[in-house]
Amino acid sequence: MHNEAILPAGTRPGSPPPSGTVITAGNLTKTYGGVAAVDGISFTVPAGESFGLLGPNGAGKSTTMKMIGGVTRRTSGSLSIMGLDPDQHGPEVRAHLGVVPQQDNLDEELRVRDNLLVYGRYFGLPMSYLKPKADELLEFAQLTDKAKSKVDALSGGMKRRLTIARSLINEPRILLLDEPTTGLDPQARHILWDRLFRLKEQGVTLILTTHYMDEAEQLCDRLIVVDKGRIMAEGSPAQLIREHSTREVVELRFGSERNTTIATELGGIGERLEVLPDRVLIYAHDGEGALEQVASRGLRPLTSLVRRSSLEDVFLRLTGRSLVD
Amino acid sequence: MSWTIRQGATEDARNRTFGPLYSRNARAVISRGLKATLGGHWLVMLSGFFEPVLFLVSMGVGMGAIVGAVEGPGGTPISYAAYIAPALLAVSAMNGAVYDSTWNVFFKMHFGKLYQGMLYTSLGPLDIALGEIFLALLRGMLYAAGFTAVMGMMGLITTPWALLMIPGSVLIAFGFASIGMAITSFMKTFQQMDWITFMMLPMFLFSATFYPLSVYPQYIQWLIQAMPLWHGVELLRQISVGTFTAATPLHIGYYLVMTAAGMLLTTMRLRQLFLK
Repeated sequence: MHNEAILPAGTRPGSPPPSGTVITAGNLTKTYGGVAAVDGISFTVPAGESFGLLGPNGAGKSTTMKMIGGVTRRTSGSLSIMGLDPDQHGPEVRAHLGVVPQQDNLDEELRVRDNLLVYGRYFGLPMSYLKPKADELLEFAQLTDKAKSKVDALSGGMKRRLTIARSLINEPRILLLDEPTTGLDPQARHILWDRLFRLKEQGVTLILTTHYMDEAEQLCDRLIVVDKGRIMAEGSPAQLIREHSTREVVELRFGSERNTTIATELGGIGERLEVLPDRVLIYAHDGEGALEQVASRGLRPLTSLVRRSSLEDVFLRLTGRSLVD
Repeated sequence: MSWTIRQGATEDARNRTFGPLYSRNARAVISRGLKATLGGHWLVMLSGFFEPVLFLVSMGVGMGAIVGAVEGPGGTPISYAAYIAPALLAVSAMNGAVYDSTWNVFFKMHFGKLYQGMLYTSLGPLDIALGEIFLALLRGMLYAAGFTAVMGMMGLITTPWALLMIPGSVLIAFGFASIGMAITSFMKTFQQMDWITFMMLPMFLFSATFYPLSVYPQYIQWLIQAMPLWHGVELLRQISVGTFTAATPLHIGYYLVMTAAGMLLTTMRLRQLFLK
């Protein structure tokens, strides 16, 4: 991208760095008809942090986001957003929030720029503030030349950027992003990441859910892995990899039929062995060394690959490989 | 950032009454509606104006030629067109308000995801409900003014009282819009929405719209008198000739109660739907 850094006035240059804790959740629980969607999770988010919620579908990520926004009441536990209880002070809490929902809910009956202006009016902001702000955000979202377009005429990536621009209209101190890049092509994702990174640099606290591990590694300072409404692990991406996986992973393919039988012959190599239908994974601190050991036992995989351990390995280890719907 | 600071003591007062339901910003919803209408489908809205006019021309002028003069409120003979015109206005106030508060709201709630976006701002559900009802009433008022003008051009207006038909139809629309919105909050599928249409058509046909109530046996009369549209038809018909009876306050009262009940139920439902 070769445009200048046009900063939305999320935080004004020269303003003091954000400090303190902006979100505190204690034993947060939400049950729907006796079934716990969120089952007693606790976390705190300091101002300016980029905090991720990772988990498979149905883990309770979106429900947590909704409780933070005060659009879903919690069943029990405590929750404080900038010192306010969202169940009691919904409108006031949301005045400080920017929300990018999982599915774009732009106003299809309004044009691009009007989407920003009208949304700003929902916060009770005056037009004298909104007009220059809307232009600034269009610039930030690289949509200036689309200002008068209809929303349906935008591509998926543009709609997503407009949704993010819209969420910034009230200069939120906390931005909630629910799977911000799901369904976007790689170019659009990278543009979006770049924009989010700039917001972070300006001190906006980002709370994001995702099930793209590369996204979490790119954007999150710290994250929690959630499964079945509970926190499975918490830490920075590097920390989680250190704690829950080895440094490297060796991927071996022997052909679908032979993977299981050969696995018995791989015992003792590396720290841990995982047999999948299509391949065998050896978790080891020294991948090349492990691969040599495999060769020295006379085993000849069809393909082999040594790679760094990733957040994805941690994620699958913690939340399991079976399909969740 | 004055907007975060100006919330203060008054905030506490309203938190006690409506809490997170209302932030006194229905005007933002209203200006959104006006913008969407002016920028897009205002042509479609013209159909709502022409519908009663077409009925008036075909039934009033066409049928009126066969029927001749009929007995109006207070016993004075009036032309058939003048007899049905206020009734058609009441029907159009009902139709417009019901459409706006049911189908329109239903669609925005379940498919357009519009309200979902609004609720993530400082707006509460009551702001949205009030804003949408106001828009429905504004539209109803414009239709009523247009229709009254057509009546005037057709020579069907004989008294300045007739101008009161405009606020009269707004009252009718208010009653139907608030009840309609309350009912919509219970609806989950398109099939359920069809029941609303199913209820409205017989009301339109049988509420003394085209002929007096006296043609029915007593128990049918009671049934129709219990229905809201009949009160609207009677009210506007009385206003159109400036003849008022002891029943006039009753008709007005019916709509005031209907409006209050609808708003109360809507607020209760919003609480259940959005503060879960």
